[in-house]
Amino acid sequence: MTKSADVVIIGGGIIGCATAYHLAKQGITDVIVVEKDFLASGSTGRCGAGARQQWGLKMNVLLAKESVKAFENLNEELDTGLDIEFKQKGYLMLAYTEKMVEQYKKNVQLQQGLDVPVQLLTPQEAQEIVPHLNTEGLLAATYCPTDGHVNPFTTTNSYAQAARRMGVTIMTSTEVTGIQVKQGKIVAVDTTRGKIHTSRVLNAAGGYSREVGALAGVEIPTHPERHQILVTEPVAPIQDPMVISLQHGFYCQQSPHGSFIMGFGDPNEPKEHITTSTWNFMEEMAEKILPVLPALAELRVVRQWAGLYNMSPDAQPILGEAPSLEGFYSAIGFSGHGFMLGPVTGRLMAELISGQEPHIDIKPLSMERFEKGELLREPSVV
Amino acid sequence: MADKDTIICRCEDLTREDVRQYIQAGYTTVEEIKRVSRCGMGPCQGRTCHQLLVREIAELTGKSPAEIAPAKARPPVKGIKLGTLHSEGEHND
Repeated sequence: MTKSADVVIIGGGIIGCATAYHLAKQGITDVIVVEKDFLASGSTGRCGAGARQQWGLKMNVLLAKESVKAFENLNEELDTGLDIEFKQKGYLMLAYTEKMVEQYKKNVQLQQGLDVPVQLLTPQEAQEIVPHLNTEGLLAATYCPTDGHVNPFTTTNSYAQAARRMGVTIMTSTEVTGIQVKQGKIVAVDTTRGKIHTSRVLNAAGGYSREVGALAGVEIPTHPERHQILVTEPVAPIQDPMVISLQHGFYCQQSPHGSFIMGFGDPNEPKEHITTSTWNFMEEMAEKILPVLPALAELRVVRQWAGLYNMSPDAQPILGEAPSLEGFYSAIGFSGHGFMLGPVTGRLMAELISGQEPHIDIKPLSMERFEKGELLREPSVV
Repeated sequence: MADKDTIICRCEDLTREDVRQYIQAGYTTVEEIKRVSRCGMGPCQGRTCHQLLVREIAELTGKSPAEIAPAKARPPVKGIKLGTLHSEGEHND
């Protein structure tokens, strides 16, 4: 059956569903979200689920700050009965070298200047916040109490339900097989469930953004990169904030449900579409985390999994319309922090697609920056 | 026995009534229900509830249990302490 839509969104993760919601909220309800599996089945549902405002680039602080505000009110705003489980108990970022302390001091200055309530802490003050933290070798830490973490599944489904309520169509188990372009304009999207006539497409395909771009003849400079995570059995609450060490490359949170979720960045991970997990990840995770949080030795790992970061050349998102194809928008390349930026990205992309001036200037995040050599450098990534 | 007293997932304390509500709300695959409800995400990794959940989905969607795709099996097979995985752990001499 042939359908038509004002906008076709490719990808049913947080970016696709939040953008669909914001488009509908602005009155653009003739929107179809096409998801090849189920909602949040890709990077969104596999992520570490943190939301932090402690970034070293002004753009990232601004985007993250607005997302955190959105998470604070999202249950009320979406009103679907689903709980996004926003645990707003902060992020504690550990610094082990003088160089890192200097960087964190700069970050704190930037963040405080943008009204983010972050503080630089001594190791002892950090331990007051996380009593089971081993402070050996620790020089300082930064702490922002309004950071936190969120449930990616319920958040994505809640956006989707709210969008549906306003008239958006969401097609799951449906794969996009082609994007038809005639005379430099998009005319239709082909799917495994038929053709959709449209002139505007949003590429929100995360780990598959490059492949979706190729369907429209748009070259996308992103690549997938596997990252792994594990989760433990649930225990009584003992850790309020997400703990991050860029030195060890790990992050670790205790979810409201009681389980600990942790992962680390491994430069040797394959840069392909591989989402199987490996046994040595668990061992390396234990090696990295136990010297810092020794009490976790008693916790049983119950499950591990893997997902894809969608890496851009400067590890910053790519937001905007493709210079080479009118009506082809992208919200991709989040490089591991797409879930936390979902709410603000949804709003920005809806503004852009509906022809408004985005309320935050996102021109620096356009795809053209790579050709111009205007790369953005974020110093604080895992 | 009433649906609200019948436990499907012991680890996450989900009743038959809970599970049926998710299915009726449109979550009709094992993977989706697992993610929104945590059914099968506890220490037993779904060994007890998986078959029960498949049966509930089959019944409410009119499919045969054989048509319901199982959840992806994820390691480890059995819970293992982080301390045991550590090279200085007690079982790694």
